[in-house]
Amino acid sequence: MANTNQSSGFQEKMEKNIWLLLIMTAIVLSVGGLVEIVPLFTMKSTMEYNKAPELLWQRQAGQSLQDYKPGDGVRPYTALELAGRDIYQREGCYLCHSQMVRPFRDEKERYGHYSLASESMYDHPFQWGSKRTGPDIARLGGKYSDDWHRKHLRAPRSVVPESVMPNYPWLQDNSVAEKDMATRFKVMQMMGVPYTDEDIASANSELAGKTEEDAVVAYLQVLGTMAPLDENKVYRE
Amino acid sequence: MDAAAEQKYNLGVVRWFTVMAVVYLVVGTLVGTYVASELAWPFLNFDNPYISFGRLRPLHTNAVIFAFGGCALMATSFYSVQRTCGVRLWSDKLAWFVFWAWNLIIVSAVITLPLGITSSKEYGELEWPIDILIAVVWLSYTFNFVMTLAIRKSSHIYVSNWFFLGMMVMITYLHVVNSMAIPVSLFKSYSLFSGVQDAMIQWWWGHNAVGFYLTAGFLGIMYYFVPKQAGRPVYSYRLSVIHFWALMFGYVWLGAHHLQYTALPDWTGSLGAAVSIAMIIPSWGGAVNGMMTLSGAWDRLRTDYVLRFLIMSLAFYAMSTFEGPIMSIKTVNALSHYTDWTIGHVHSGALGWVAMVAIGAIYHLITRTFHTELWSIKLVNAHFWTATIGTVVYIVAMWVSGIMQGLMWRAYDDYGTLAYTFAESVEAMHPYYAMRAVGGMIFVSGALLMLFNVLMTVRKAATEGSIQQAATSAATA
Repeated sequence: MANTNQSSGFQEKMEKNIWLLLIMTAIVLSVGGLVEIVPLFTMKSTMEYNKAPELLWQRQAGQSLQDYKPGDGVRPYTALELAGRDIYQREGCYLCHSQMVRPFRDEKERYGHYSLASESMYDHPFQWGSKRTGPDIARLGGKYSDDWHRKHLRAPRSVVPESVMPNYPWLQDNSVAEKDMATRFKVMQMMGVPYTDEDIASANSELAGKTEEDAVVAYLQVLGTMAPLDENKVYRE
Repeated sequence: MDAAAEQKYNLGVVRWFTVMAVVYLVVGTLVGTYVASELAWPFLNFDNPYISFGRLRPLHTNAVIFAFGGCALMATSFYSVQRTCGVRLWSDKLAWFVFWAWNLIIVSAVITLPLGITSSKEYGELEWPIDILIAVVWLSYTFNFVMTLAIRKSSHIYVSNWFFLGMMVMITYLHVVNSMAIPVSLFKSYSLFSGVQDAMIQWWWGHNAVGFYLTAGFLGIMYYFVPKQAGRPVYSYRLSVIHFWALMFGYVWLGAHHLQYTALPDWTGSLGAAVSIAMIIPSWGGAVNGMMTLSGAWDRLRTDYVLRFLIMSLAFYAMSTFEGPIMSIKTVNALSHYTDWTIGHVHSGALGWVAMVAIGAIYHLITRTFHTELWSIKLVNAHFWTATIGTVVYIVAMWVSGIMQGLMWRAYDDYGTLAYTFAESVEAMHPYYAMRAVGGMIFVSGALLMLFNVLMTVRKAATEGSIQQAATSAATA
């Protein structure tokens, strides 16, 4: 402590050797990320379906996505829903709408059951959002009619006068028919989303005659409706 | 006039980065003010897809962070690494490659984001071909910087360079991991990760873009330019060592505090919050070290407008690094998350700290690299006040609206039902959104003054031929 403005020992060595400083910095910087991220891929407790397998759709051999009934469990998106989700991202909807209900009384009453990690396990990328300039829409599906959504997308203030959302009139004019959903399904399959080869083969035909608005509405109407949630069950400790 | 510096160092690339930083400051804050106005007066979206809020907001964030912040970082780091090492940049060619390629990235962002070409990962929206270019340019920048340190003439590596180095390494990690995706076409890809893991990786990236790009990098600026402008040595060497290593180790953990009470496992969010609270110590270590550098020279603040920017930036830095840990406490976060409070917090850091310290450094660089005095000192003073007032108006508006939103969403009436609909909370935000837009306009007007002043200074240097003289006259030092 004799001279507080003199470095000594290892610090001194690093200040004189750029390679040593570089390596030490690189090591120190890697710790936090490794500790917080890697276990999320390995720990079973991260995903609720390990304890509650009914959350996922138990698809039988030969079943197509059309055989799915609401409440059968979390499943991959249909071609139309995925196309809608891509448009949702393109328009930057996630910047104002979160898709992550927190386990609070007011959020339960306003939005519904809190969100589970298993519900977004097929979401590449996730759409939890970070800001609620508009309301959370994790459980939007089935709350309003398709007609309401169309009106709302074209002119939000015609149904919600206080809204500050932009109008999206161009969605009804743009076709999604020429979108190559088969390739998108294939990429998703490569990353572990359980699309079958039959799903991929029939993906593009599902979009025939559909508009971007049809796709977005299909996506909004499925949000939060897949998992069969039990009010009395504790999914997260 | 500094003929020795002009001939010894590569100041050309610094000049270009410096001027472009000012241009992008105007562009980025102008777009920001426009999107802020869209929230106050939605007709401004004009039913035009290319200027709708959801597409322009990423353009605002990318423009201020990567265009303005990037050019400011590259100008200051290339300048200070040469000065503190006593050598010219390791490669002039590589430095110019970084300049042109970085600007190419910015131009491609300006084109693709309004077209809706986005990976939708906040602050990392650019699609995969641009991401690859970013990685190449960033590594070239880092390599040139490290090699310049390797051939330095000074015996020790000066503290500002540690911080720049930490930023370069961490941004490499973050950008590479967070951008991992599988392309489905030239303009569309899907993130390799999904759901909860993707969320954690996104916020590991998101908070460390703040922590390293906008904090460590700008602390590098602070450690060179505050002592230079004040003409005093850094207050405490020991404090800088401690705060450097604590920042490098600790900041990385904070991303998880963006995901408290979400479907992210509780342990991860709590860990992020715990380290966040501890980070107040190294953060204030840096702020104190910067401010105390002025001890014995406080009177300079009365006359030196550039120094005012630097010191005001440290005050905002201290304030927002106090606010951040508070907001990461779980009970506070339950209220503040998803509200405008977060936006206010970001801007007290972005406008108050990042922009102010960069502006101070840029004014300093303009005089040193163009070898002439600023065209108008009065305009610098006017800029200082518009920047400060604009920032304060902005963050006060967001504090009020954010806390009000949080309280309205959770309010119950006497009958035990929710007191407000969501739409009512949106309506209540209108005056604050308008106030925020006004704050932005005040800040932009200051940025315009700066651009004018800088361009006039450049013109003055051209008429005086000061760069020409410095480059050709016999070096005296």
